[in-house]
Formats: sequence, structure tokens, C-alpha cells
Amino acid sequence: MIHSLFLINCSGDIFLEKHWKSVVSQSVCDYFFEAQEKAIDVENVPPVISTPHHYLISIYRDKIFFVSVIQTEVPPLFVIEFLHRVADTFQDYFGECSETAIKDNVVIVYELLEEMLDNGFPLATESNILKELIKPPTILRSVVNSITGSSNVGDTLPTGQLSNIPWRRAGVKYTNNEAYFDVIEEIDAIIDKSDTKIFNLIFNSVEESDNFCVSVASVKKFHLPLCCYLQNPRLLDDVSFHPCIRFKRWESERVLSFIPPDGNFRLISYRVSSQNLVAIPVYVKHMISFKENSSSGRFDVTIGPKQNMGKTVEGVVMTVHMPKAVLNMNLTATQGSYTFDPVTKVLTWDVGKITPQKLPNLKGIVNLQSGAPKPEENPSLNIQFKIQQLAISGLKVNRLDMYGEKYKPFKGVKYITKAGKFQVRT
Amino acid sequence: MIEVSCTIKSALKGQNFEVTLKPHLTVEEKRLAAADPYEYMEQYFTLNEDLKQMLESSKDSAKLDAMKRIVGMIAKGKNASELFPAVVKNVASKNIEIKKLVYVYLMRYAEEQQDLALLSISTFQRALKDPNQLIRASALRVLSSIRVPIIVPIMMLAIKEASSDLSPYVRKNAAHAIQKLYSLDPEQKEMLIEVIEKLLKDRSTLVAGSVVMAFEEVCPDRIDLIHKNYRKLCNLLVDVEEWGQVVIIHMLTRYARTQFVSPWKDDAVVEEYNENNFYESDEEEKEKDQKVKNTYTMDPDHRLLLRNTKPLLQSRNAAVVMAVAQLYWHLAPKSEAGIVSKSLVRLLHSNREVQYIVLQNIATMSIQRKGMFEPYLKSFYVRSTDPTMIKTLKLEILTNLANEANISTLLREFQTYVKSQDKQFAAATIQAIGRCATNITEVTDTCLNGLVCLLSNRDEIVVAESVVVIKKLLQTQPAQHGEIIKHMAKLLDNITVPVARASILWLIGEYCERVPKIAPDVLRKTAKSFTNEDDLVKLQILNLGAKLYLTNSKQTKLLTQYVLNLGKYDQSYDIRDRTRFIRQLIVPNEKSGALSKYAKKIFLAQKPAPLLESPFKDRDHFQLGTLSHTLNSRATGYLELSDWPEVAPDPSVRNVDVAESAKEWTGILGKPKKEKPTEKFYSESEEEENESSSTSASESESGSESEKENKVEGSSDESSGSSSSSEESSDNESDSKESTAKERYRAADESDSEDIKQKAKGISKKRSTSSSSDTESTSSEESSSDSKSESDSKSESGKSRSATFSKKEEKPVQDRKAPNKQDVFLLDLDDFCPVTTPVAVPTPAVLSPSLTADLEGLSLSSSSVIDVTTQVSVPTKTHELLHRMSGKGLAAHYHFSRQPGIFGDHMVSVQVTVTNTTDQKIENIHIGEKKLPPGMRMHDFNPIECLEPAGSITVSMGIDFCDSTQTASFQLCTKDDHFNVNIQPPVGELLLPVTMSEKDFKKEQGMLTGMNETSATIAVAPQNSTRLVIIERVVKAANLGVVPSGQDNIHRFAAKTVNSGSLMLVTVELKESSTAQLIINTEKTVIGSVLLRELKPVLSQG
Repeated sequence: MIHSLFLINCSGDIFLEKHWKSVVSQSVCDYFFEAQEKAIDVENVPPVISTPHHYLISIYRDKIFFVSVIQTEVPPLFVIEFLHRVADTFQDYFGECSETAIKDNVVIVYELLEEMLDNGFPLATESNILKELIKPPTILRSVVNSITGSSNVGDTLPTGQLSNIPWRRAGVKYTNNEAYFDVIEEIDAIIDKSDTKIFNLIFNSVEESDNFCVSVASVKKFHLPLCCYLQNPRLLDDVSFHPCIRFKRWESERVLSFIPPDGNFRLISYRVSSQNLVAIPVYVKHMISFKENSSSGRFDVTIGPKQNMGKTVEGVVMTVHMPKAVLNMNLTATQGSYTFDPVTKVLTWDVGKITPQKLPNLKGIVNLQSGAPKPEENPSLNIQFKIQQLAISGLKVNRLDMYGEKYKPFKGVKYITKAGKFQVRT
Repeated sequence: MIEVSCTIKSALKGQNFEVTLKPHLTVEEKRLAAADPYEYMEQYFTLNEDLKQMLESSKDSAKLDAMKRIVGMIAKGKNASELFPAVVKNVASKNIEIKKLVYVYLMRYAEEQQDLALLSISTFQRALKDPNQLIRASALRVLSSIRVPIIVPIMMLAIKEASSDLSPYVRKNAAHAIQKLYSLDPEQKEMLIEVIEKLLKDRSTLVAGSVVMAFEEVCPDRIDLIHKNYRKLCNLLVDVEEWGQVVIIHMLTRYARTQFVSPWKDDAVVEEYNENNFYESDEEEKEKDQKVKNTYTMDPDHRLLLRNTKPLLQSRNAAVVMAVAQLYWHLAPKSEAGIVSKSLVRLLHSNREVQYIVLQNIATMSIQRKGMFEPYLKSFYVRSTDPTMIKTLKLEILTNLANEANISTLLREFQTYVKSQDKQFAAATIQAIGRCATNITEVTDTCLNGLVCLLSNRDEIVVAESVVVIKKLLQTQPAQHGEIIKHMAKLLDNITVPVARASILWLIGEYCERVPKIAPDVLRKTAKSFTNEDDLVKLQILNLGAKLYLTNSKQTKLLTQYVLNLGKYDQSYDIRDRTRFIRQLIVPNEKSGALSKYAKKIFLAQKPAPLLESPFKDRDHFQLGTLSHTLNSRATGYLELSDWPEVAPDPSVRNVDVAESAKEWTGILGKPKKEKPTEKFYSESEEEENESSSTSASESESGSESEKENKVEGSSDESSGSSSSSEESSDNESDSKESTAKERYRAADESDSEDIKQKAKGISKKRSTSSSSDTESTSSEESSSDSKSESDSKSESGKSRSATFSKKEEKPVQDRKAPNKQDVFLLDLDDFCPVTTPVAVPTPAVLSPSLTADLEGLSLSSSSVIDVTTQVSVPTKTHELLHRMSGKGLAAHYHFSRQPGIFGDHMVSVQVTVTNTTDQKIENIHIGEKKLPPGMRMHDFNPIECLEPAGSITVSMGIDFCDSTQTASFQLCTKDDHFNVNIQPPVGELLLPVTMSEKDFKKEQGMLTGMNETSATIAVAPQNSTRLVIIERVVKAANLGVVPSGQDNIHRFAAKTVNSGSLMLVTVELKESSTAQLIINTEKTVIGSVLLRELKPVLSQG
């Protein structure tokens, strides 16, 4: 399946290569560079490229291209999904998936890649197993290692790999069992000119970080130690689960029952259909116009909160890709600060928290290239925001039951509503 | 405190410094190398010299440091091959990290240094024999990754050995190694296929994905290997790791296309034929499907696949979701394929690359069945921040989904896109509008007007694209558009894009008779600029000239000749050619033949309108979700999806043999027990499958003498062809079967014939319900019980059988009314009976091993290397729990039923029979206070509400004895009394029998020597020296499994302890002069010695 992997940075240097079968020359990447040149924008590099003898499947993450070399037919999503899993693992191990992090930890990276793939077929992709095999670098450990000469490679062999529940490490024990649920909901929406919302779908993910004890015995057993009851689960239009969730129980009772992996993981992702009309928590008033025959335009945007159960909207950031003809912008913001990059033509306005008494407003004059025709389209406004302690879909984690232990586990639930791909057309 | 942390920090800095120093140097060197290669080489070698020294040092830390730097070199793609000899020495290092890094190095360079690589082989060979499975596995991994042709035989041997390893993890690695060996030496194919065949039979979920991958790579055409494993794979699928799922689903898709008949039947043809007719509504489609359903019944195996893949749509892995989607697309009846769209739309929230692939597939799907994605239309709306490739794909889908109902909203949306700053995308939008216009006649005019408006757009690309699209549109209905053509003629002055100019010229030429005034003028203008035009435009000018010459020669003769003269001396031979051709054709002279008469017809023929089609139109012949589909060209190794067969191949090839061992076991089944109320179990088994083994336990419990006979009947019947799963087949067949079944029963039953018949009826009734829910297809997923395999539903009915059995006393008359049509299932049932639920891990009863294998895979705990088997014998001995005197008339007896895992893996199940010897009802019998030693646990039986006088009832409870013979004390309570009772288990009941081969037995025994072995020499009574007697006696005394033995005088038994699962191996070796050596190997030495003591008298007594 996956023959080789090349990591390429934005300036086109191949800074890491790994081969799982026989060695493929670096020159195969020339086809990739060619495609990259043609695409102009990094975003537009096609994920699948065909070359005379190989196929290149690539992903772009954190300013790094992960280019894998394929020789025979394979589902492209299989490779893409795997490459993302690799990037996730790096992120997990080094805190960031950047070129420097990878270069600094090249040995660990190599060991990881070795374990993740065997002959091009994924072997261990579960972070729990990997962490048992290869310990992530920490400051303390590197100090200890340098003194004692011990290594990052785990000397215990991972047993999880042998079981059918590879996401759980064996023998995890804590004195305090705590489960934290983060319910993060993202609103995807396009708001049309006439302020009618075209669609809004809520994509969300319940992420759980937990610290949960399950003795080895009960892992082996079928009794599931955790049961999570959701309020109005019927809201969820479509869900995807972490493999630890028992699908049967969900089907029949709408209860999430699972043996949790150790550490942070994404428990479920769900989508709330657009039929369930969900109020959009912010509104935007905008007045953007370019005058014909004069090299200037007006720009006036106000953001305000709609009713959202008394919660404040925070972390509001607006980014606008202005038309090419825009030379500069002279604006005044009543709140927060704005920047305009004359090269990329991106206007960023960091608003912060919205107080309903005094709505943030950004107003001013747009300078256009003289002589250039007036831009025919007004730019779209991309808005980010965050609302703490609110799940906009109305989903709630009702109850958490634990089996196998007598006491009640500590349960913490945090709700956050965020803007996903939230775009306002003007 | 602060100081301490400071020192740590500084120490750290120092360390970092040391580490980072090297890469800097090498970067320096790189630059140097560019400047002066010779100098660089020198430096380079000294560097390597330094590494060599480090590798040869005695300190592990130095070695490790060196290895790390070498790996760094490999990662950068630098050549480190000359260090090979120094590195390979360290292959046997004790330090795991060094070892791993050496492995990394070996895999990279062994191919280049084959001779030296051989040095390392012996290390791996040794490691292959390591008792630790992970070490065995990694040794196999590295060994097979070294691409050295000389070691092919060694690899082959290692793979063969590993494929029968006890550890599924090692077997998984063996499956990986198969592919590696195959790519190294394709000659080995035949041998490898044998290994694949063997591994395909493996029931571990760990192995399944990898072996199917190997199958796909080595012998994808050997579809016959799949038959027997098909059902197992379907059932295992949910529990296989996600990557394996993708591979298996793709393979099963191909398999299903060769084995089942099309569920689309006739409508497939109709469907494709109707493609131009976009207005077909969903209802119609459904109706059609219904019609088809009347004539078509889906193969249960086909249904099984669809049912078992459906939950995977909820996977977090996009590749799995896509795989299921393509499976439904290619295999499911059209009415069912719709369920995948929701999940695919969900994937669109993912990152750019996933979106790209998913959108491509949706684009192909939406061409053929637009109904699938219509509800999600708005999900495909384009954001200005999407990358262009995503935008174009979304646009494509939107166009495909356009219909009369949504076209107005779509056009409004398109208007936004046209204004997009991304001009490439704007151009694509214009084409999309054009396609909508041709497809939906109602909006053609609107679209055309819109496009004409765009002609005044400032952007040239937009205008050009509009012109091209308008040209195509006008061609479809030229009559009434003179105005537009005039307008476009005026545009000619401003437009510079060649395609657009050419299009306008062509239009004017084609409809020159409609615009008689303008056309010659246009020709005049273009003739003037002829030399500066693009080739494309020149050709059209020539065409225009020719057409005008033919229609309006008076005005244009000279102009045309002028143009033709210009063309004659043009640089492009294409244009010169065309000029010559046109001149000959239109200008009459003596040489010109008959053709010139028809010149007008040739040039001004009615031309068919171009069909505006989706660029994804031709992709549908590739399997969705594949690389070939993405690239729209055959990728190497692409396996064609075959067409549905006209007639389905024999479905019975997928049947798994079940007959073999049933007979063997039934003979020694224990004494029958009375039936007992088992209601509780059913309700439980509905919600907790893992506990449902209890039902099967009660099932075999109730197995009466006559039932045994049935089983014999059933199994002998198997061969005669109750081809188990084809129950939904023809009625005649079932009728005949029914009669034979009845006859058999009559013959078989002597004493309890009455019982059996009723029971049988009961079953068939149950059976009928379950089978009907089967055919309901979609609804069946709702109930947890039904979403399993075919055989599963059988087991379901198997379960219910004892329920009906116990109920039948109350209402036998009702039961008699069971529909006779379903009686046929009796046979099937008996073939499988007694059947267990698939999730129960230690599979009880006399289930045939192969079926057990299929079912067992479902269970999560199948990771144990050795499988617990069925109990061979149930001891008849009952122990007294409560005497009726001390219990005030309440008597209780218990015995060990040897049913594994009813209440949990670690529980020993105990059957308690409570008898009421008083003349009054005893109410509410339950367990009260328990006094258990630490660690011990107990699962109570359900309280007995009421016990009639002289009545007795049997309940089961589970006790976890923690592998000790300590007594479990508890109180047996009635409504108004309580009695202290206790249960002490004989050591033989703390075991669960396991099956293993003799080889495995010896292997395990080899690991349990020394301290772990206890032995004794005993005298054996003469009548006890035959094999059968020994087995019978030993098995009766302790719950041991018989291990087949090659020697006559050695008898082996194996079991594991219930709580800790440690192995207990018993060997009885007969010696001369009626003595025997009794050996017990186990980690649990205490239990071992107790067991030894208990077994001694068993054999010595007569």
C-alpha cells in the first residue's frame, strides 16, 4: 500500500523520508513540485497526483506536505486518513506538528513511523499503544535519560495491541476516577446578503478527557464501566463514534456506553440537521460599497449578539479577504484592533468580547487602486466566536453511570459553542 | 526549590546543545559539499569514522547516540550504507532502543548489502522461538522486511510456522509477511496461497484485516478461498480494526458482485435508460423497487453483508465510511442506498483532502441517482474560502442535483458565484448554468438572458465563457435568437479571447441567413484583422467566408476570395489545408467534381446540438472510492468490479461444515435436568448479549435424552442436504422436509415423543417470527438481536426453544397451532442445535467447532490464545445445600453445571435445586446475607416468588471462587426464615476445559516445568486402563478438556482456572504393571496439588 513517505516544507525542501518497502528516489517528488507550482495556492494542490510509475497522495497540514508514494490501487481516503493520523500523532507527541518539532525529534518520528506502518499497511495507529511502545519526549525524561542512559523506547511490551480494544492500555489505575466531557459545538453557516441564513448545520464533537480507572479484570469483561446519558439525543442527525462505543446500545437506547481509552479522545462527533432550526448567536450589519470611478469605498461593519440565553459571545474575530484592487484601508474600530495586510489583502479584526450595550463597530474608508475597475463582488466576512457554557443545539450530558465501582465518579462537563465555517456574504 | 529547577534547566540546555550540534554541522557540510566535493568527502568520512568508533564502544549510551545520528542521516535521505558492518554487529544488543534502531537501519540497507545482512539472520531466527509473542512478532517483521532473496526459504518457513502460532498477533504479522515475501519472490505464490487459505480460516479479528490484505495482493482472483469464510468475515467485520475494515469491505464488494444476483434486476436497465429524464421522482423509484421486490428475494448472505456493514457508517474513519458507501452503492437495492448519503455529507466537515475525495464520489453518485443527495443540497453551497478544486466539485454536484423545484434557488446561488473573485470558478459556474439551461427546459430562457447580461461583464474570461455557453445554447434552439446574435456580433470588437471570438464567428456563420445585414460586415472587419488572429479564429473566419459565399455570394464573393488568399499563405499548414479544401469545394471550376454541388448542404447542414454533460459522466465504470475513480484512469492493480451474474452461483458453498463433531460430543452429554424458569435470562440476553450464554446453558440443561437423539438425527441429516441457510427457498422443498422431519421424530421418540413434538412446534413458531423479521430487512436492525448473522438468528431461536419448552406445560394447546410451513426449520435448527449466542465467549454445548469459530469472533475477549471449549461431561453428583430437616421443609441441593461464563468470565456456575417438602407454599426464596472470603464474589439467583408444595425448582447462580477451594457461605432466605448454608467447590470445578493440539500442549507444558509441575505414581485398577474409561473418569472428576493424543498410553487433558485463566495441564501416562504416572503442570501449584490428590483415587479405584 503506502510505499514511502516524504515530508516537504513550504519552501520545497524534503526534510524527512521514510520507506517501508524498497527505496523510492526523492526525484519522484518532482512531479509533486510541478503540481504545486501549477496550483499556485497550497490549498489547491490536488491530493492525488498520477506519475508514470507511482501515484502520489498528499495532505497539507501545519505548513507541511505529507506526500506518500503509492504503487498500486488503494482507496485514496485510506491513505489520506492515515496521513492525518500520522500528523495527529506528531501533534500528540510533540505538542505541535511543525518542521522544527519533527527535525528535533527525528529518531522518535522514525520509530513512530516504523510502528505505525508495516509493509505499507497500518499496524498500530492507536495513540495509547504507541505511547506504550515509544514514550513521548518530556523534559524530565530527557534529563533522566541523559543521566541514566535509559531510552525512550518502552521496555514493557504493549498488551493493548494484542487485544480487540487497542485503544485502552492495560492496567491503568487511578486513585481518583474523573471523567471530563467537553461538548464543543461548531456552527457552520452561510448567511446570505439578505440576512436569510442559507443553511446552518452544527457540527460538533464531544471530546472527552478523562482519568478513569478500570481494573484489568473489568476491561476483559463485557460489562462496560461507563454509560453516558444524553439529554434529547434525538436531536442528533448523524453521528460517528469512537470505536469504544457500543453501537448496539446506542441503536436501541440512545445511551453511550463505552470503556474509555486512557487520556483525551474524541468520543462522538455529531451533526444536527438544519431542520432543527438553531438560532445563530450573532448578527452582522454591514455596509460595504465601492464607488464607481473613484478610488475609494466605504466599509462599515457592526457585530451584535442575538439572544443566547444570557451567555456572552467572546473571542470574536472577523477576517475578510478583500478584493485585489484594494490598496489600503483606513478604519477605526470602537473595540479591539484591526490589521490589514496589503500583500495578501486580508483584513483581520480582533474584537474580543461583545457587550450588548456597546456594539463593536469597524468603520472607515477603503483605498482602491486608481484606475482599476471597481470590484464587482463584495467580500465575504468570515467570523469566529466562542460562547462558553452553552451547547447551542440543546444537547446535554445528563448522567454518567459507572459499573464495577461503588462510588460515584467525578464528572465534569464543559460546553462550548464555536463558529465553524461561518461566513456572511455581503 | 528554585535552585534545583535551575540546575535541571541548565543541565537540560547542555544536553540539547550537544544533540543539536551535529545537525548544524551537517548542514554546514552540505554547503561545503556544494563548494568543494573533495573536501567534503574527506570530512564526511571522518565523521563516519567517528560514528564507527562510537558503535564499537562498549557503552550503550555511545552506541545509542551513534544510532540516533545514523537514523537522522537516513531520515534526510543521506547515504549511510558504508556503516553497515559496524551497525549490524549491534543487532543482538540488549538495549531495546538500540535494537530497534538497528532494525530500522537493516530494513533500509539490507537490500544493498545482502551478504553482510545475512549475519543478522540468526538473531532473528532465534527470536522467532522466543516465548514472548511480541518478540516473535517483531522478529518476523524485521526478517521479512529484509529484502534479500537468499533468505526466501527461511522466510517461507518462518511464515508457515508463524501462521500456526498460538498468538493472533504473531499470525497477524505472518499475514503481513506474506505480502512482503510475495513482492520479493513471486515464485512462492502457490505456497503462500496455502498459508493465506489457512489464515483466512482464522477467527481472530486481529488477523482478519491483514490476511485479506494479503489475499488482495497475492491472489485476488482466488475467490473460492472466500466462500467458506464469507459469513465469518461479515460477522467479524465490526470488531476488526478500522484499516482492516476498509480492505475487507472492498474485497467483499467484489466478492458479492460475483456471487449474488442483482438486487436492481430490471429496474437497473430502466434506470439507466431514464437518465435523461431527470424528473423521475423518488416515489416512482420506490414503487419500482417494490415491484421488483415481489419477484426478487435477496440471498440471505447478501443481506447479511449489507446488515453488518451498516453500523460502520458511524465510524470515525472517513475511509471506512466511504468503503461502506461504495458497498451500498454497488450492492444494495436502490431504495436502500440512500442511507449512506447522510454519512457522506458528514464527512464534508472534514479536512480538505477528505472533502475532495468524498465530493468526487458524490459527484459520480449524484449523476445517476440525484434523489440521494437532494435533501442535502445546501450542504454543497460554496464558501468563498474553499479551495478552487473543492468549489468546482461542489458546483458540479449542485448542477447534477438541479431540477425544476430547486433551480430558482440554485440560479440565485450561481449568481453569487459568477461574481466570485476566483475567475476560474466563475467560468465554471457559467458552464454550470449552461448545463442547467439545457437540462431544464423551463429555465432555458432565464439562463440565456442571464448569460447575455454577463456578456457586458468587465472580466474577459467571464464574457468568453458566456459566449461559448450561449453558442451551445443557441444551437439547441436557434429560431428566435436573432437579437442575441446581433448583440454578440457587436461584442466582437471588444472580445479578445480566441475561443469566444471563434464562437461568435461560428454563430454568425451558422445563422447568417437570420442576420443578413450584419454577417457580411463582420466578415469585412475580420478579414481586415485576419493576420493578427489566433489560428482558431482564422479557421472560423474561413468558415464564415465560405458560408456567406454560398448564401450571399453577391456581397461577399470578393471578400471571401481575399480571405482565402490570405489563408493560402498562412504559416499554419492547418489553415493552408483548410483554405485549399474550401476553395475547391465552393468555388466552381472545371476540376471540381460532383461535390461542389452539395457544398451548401455540406456547410449549412443542420447540426445536432451539443450535449452538455458532466465531466464525471464516464467515471462510473470505476468502483467508487478507488484510486482509479479519483484519477479517472485505471491504476495499476485495479480490480474490475464484475457485473452481476445472471444466475447466482451455488450459495451452499458458503455453508460451513457443522456435522463433524456433533456426534462425538452428544454421546457423553450428561444426564438431563429438569427444566426451570428461565424467563429472566431472556430479558437479560436482550440487553446484554454477553450474558446470554446463560440461555444456552439452560438450553443444554434441558437437553433430554430424546433431544440427544434428535441431535444425532440432525447431524446425520446434515449431509442429506438441509442446506442450512437457504430457508427462504422454495415451498415444495420445505414441505418434503417437513414430512421427513416428522417421520424422523416419530421414529426417534420412544418415551418423550410428546414432549419433543411440542417443543418442536414451539421452536418453529419462534423461528417463524425471527425469520420474518429477517425478511423485513431494514427494520431488522432495530432489534439488537436481529442485526447479527443468519446463524445468529438461528441461535436466537435456539434460545427461545427452552423458553417454549418450559412454557409448554401451561399452554400446550396453543403451541400446537404453530404454522406448519415453518416446521421445516426444525431440521435446520437441529443441525445447529444446541446453539449458543455468538457473544458468549466460552462457547458451551455441542456446537460444532467451525460454527463456534464463526460466532466466537464476535466476542471481544477472543484475544485469549487458547479457547475454552465445551464441557465434556456434567457430573451427576449433587451436593446437599440444605437438608429438609434443618430447612424446615425447604430442601436445597446443588451441583456444578460446568457452564462457563454465565454471569461473567470468572464465575463458576452452580445449579441449585430447591424443593418444597412441606404442605404449604414457600414464598420469596432468595439469598440473604453473604459471608464470603475476600475477593470472592457471588451472583445471586433471581428470587423465587413462590414454591408450591412438593414442587421443586432449579435456579442457577454464579460464584467467583478466586481459584481457591474456600467455602462460600451465605444465607438462603424464605419469606420468614433464613438458613445458613455454604458451598465448597471441589477443585475440579474451578476449571474450564480448553482445546488445544498436542503440539500446543507440549509447548505449554514445556513452559510449565520445575516448580510448576507436580506428579505422582499411582496404581491403576485393571478395568481402568482403556482410553475411554480413563477419559470418562478423569473428565467426570474434574472439568478438563481432552487433548487428542498420538500415543495410546499417554492421555492428556487441559483446562484453565476459571478466575485467573492459568493453564492446568494434566497428563496420565500408563506404565507397565498397572501403574501410571500422573503429571500436572500449572502455575497455580496449590490447586495443582489438590487436583492431583483428587485425581489419584479416581483412577486407582475400581
